[in-house]
Amino acid sequence: MLKPRDIAVVGAAETTGLGKIPGMSNLQLHADSALNALKDCGLKITDIDGIACAGESPTNLAHYLGIVPKYVDGTGVGGCSFMIHVRHAAAAISAGLCTTVLITHGESGSSRIGLNRPAANPASLAGQFEMPFGPFGPPTMFTIPVLRYMKERGLTHEQLANVAVVQREWAAMNPRARFRDPITVEDVLNSRMIAYPFRILQCCLVTDGGGALILTSAERAKDFPTKPVYILGTGESVETPMISQMKDFTSSAAFKVAGPTAIKAAGISHADVDHLMIYDAFAHLPIYGLEDLGFCKPGEAGAFIEARNTAPGGKLPMNTNGGGLSYTHTGMYGMFALQESVRQMRGTAAAQVPGAKLSVCHGVGGMFGASGTVVFTNVA
Amino acid sequence: MLDPKRPKPLPTPETQHFWDGMKRGELLLQRDKDTGEVYFPPRPFVPGTGSTNIEVFKASGKAILYSYVIHANPAPGFTPPYAIAVVQLAEGPRMMTNIVDCPQTPEALVLDMPLELAPTVLDDTITLPLFRPSKA
Repeated sequence: MLKPRDIAVVGAAETTGLGKIPGMSNLQLHADSALNALKDCGLKITDIDGIACAGESPTNLAHYLGIVPKYVDGTGVGGCSFMIHVRHAAAAISAGLCTTVLITHGESGSSRIGLNRPAANPASLAGQFEMPFGPFGPPTMFTIPVLRYMKERGLTHEQLANVAVVQREWAAMNPRARFRDPITVEDVLNSRMIAYPFRILQCCLVTDGGGALILTSAERAKDFPTKPVYILGTGESVETPMISQMKDFTSSAAFKVAGPTAIKAAGISHADVDHLMIYDAFAHLPIYGLEDLGFCKPGEAGAFIEARNTAPGGKLPMNTNGGGLSYTHTGMYGMFALQESVRQMRGTAAAQVPGAKLSVCHGVGGMFGASGTVVFTNVA
Repeated sequence: MLDPKRPKPLPTPETQHFWDGMKRGELLLQRDKDTGEVYFPPRPFVPGTGSTNIEVFKASGKAILYSYVIHANPAPGFTPPYAIAVVQLAEGPRMMTNIVDCPQTPEALVLDMPLELAPTVLDDTITLPLFRPSKA
């Protein structure tokens, strides 16, 4: 059985550029990240014997890189696929299926060059029971439960806006972040309406970019030039492809499996966590994540963020790269959350949390449809 | 009445009865005959147990407004602003819909307001289960 610290991340890198990359196709963004991650840890393509990716088939990736791997994971459940890839890769390496796994993300989300994003099938359940009523992309679907949450939990429009304000503070410290100018709650509430109650500053960016991770056994990790980042615990789940069928509009069932499973496997308590990433496609995601992972009681996360607990200088620094709201968001942002957790554990983040030893990285896929969580540490 | 560019559902063998019912203006749901549990969307077994001891029945058409967003931008088949709503049926399940005969504003769309079924013809084969504020 996979034990904490058995497996480590030894290579990690994002695409060379970030934001608008008109010179690269979707597949090349995967390759650019992969080559950067190989360079990061001093490996050759031929050292990779396992691959995982989403948004491109692993067959495309293997062929393009020129390798014939022994381990393949094409789990594609949206933006948290990469957290799940980490979990599966750790188990596979531990079980001896392979030794060195490359996980890639690349998405031409803005330029849309060679982007593989099929339209909803009209015969699918979502095609029959959601699409005829006019949802048009994530801003009109992911956001649907929020008015219910606000009514039941007492979250205010100002508290929801404040999530974006705090994340912009982190982004201001990060030269690679797309948006770095400070914003106020008033700015957010006066920004362009997208889908009431959501305004544009409460919605993620749409960018081009990618990232890659390379995992191997902790024993081998000692021989690498990079500081090993150990995997302490992982979790995954899926709930529904239809936002209207989410069981509880104030909480994600998939979060409540993935998050606690990872935290339990890691053998940690919430108070041990130095750094937190919660995938923020929209401003309400960190609120649901903080509560479903047990960092806050139900209904308390809005006030928790407002009290600056997750802001620079707070006790639980969260989304320290600026998040999907201000750093970057290609479409499947989970890889960028993982990259920031790894940077924080290596001590190389732009907004480094001093002395951070434990990072929890939590992802969402689809519209609350899927979830994956990884707990990292830099302590052997 | 509805914009023909609106995305059109394509029934499958498991959902055909639902769309046939809508053509007659009836909202058909399914329930577990052993426990009475009502579920949606349609499938020929009870989710979570797999029991096939089920029946199709006509729902009351009564619902409450459970949650929504108001889309501010155009989408194929829709003119903004329009609300994309989820209603909770009196029988328990929730479904996505649109609210007709009602201003598409936060002031008019009040959570938990009572609604009633407004079957609305899209074309010869599809009638959509829309809802309107309850007249009762």
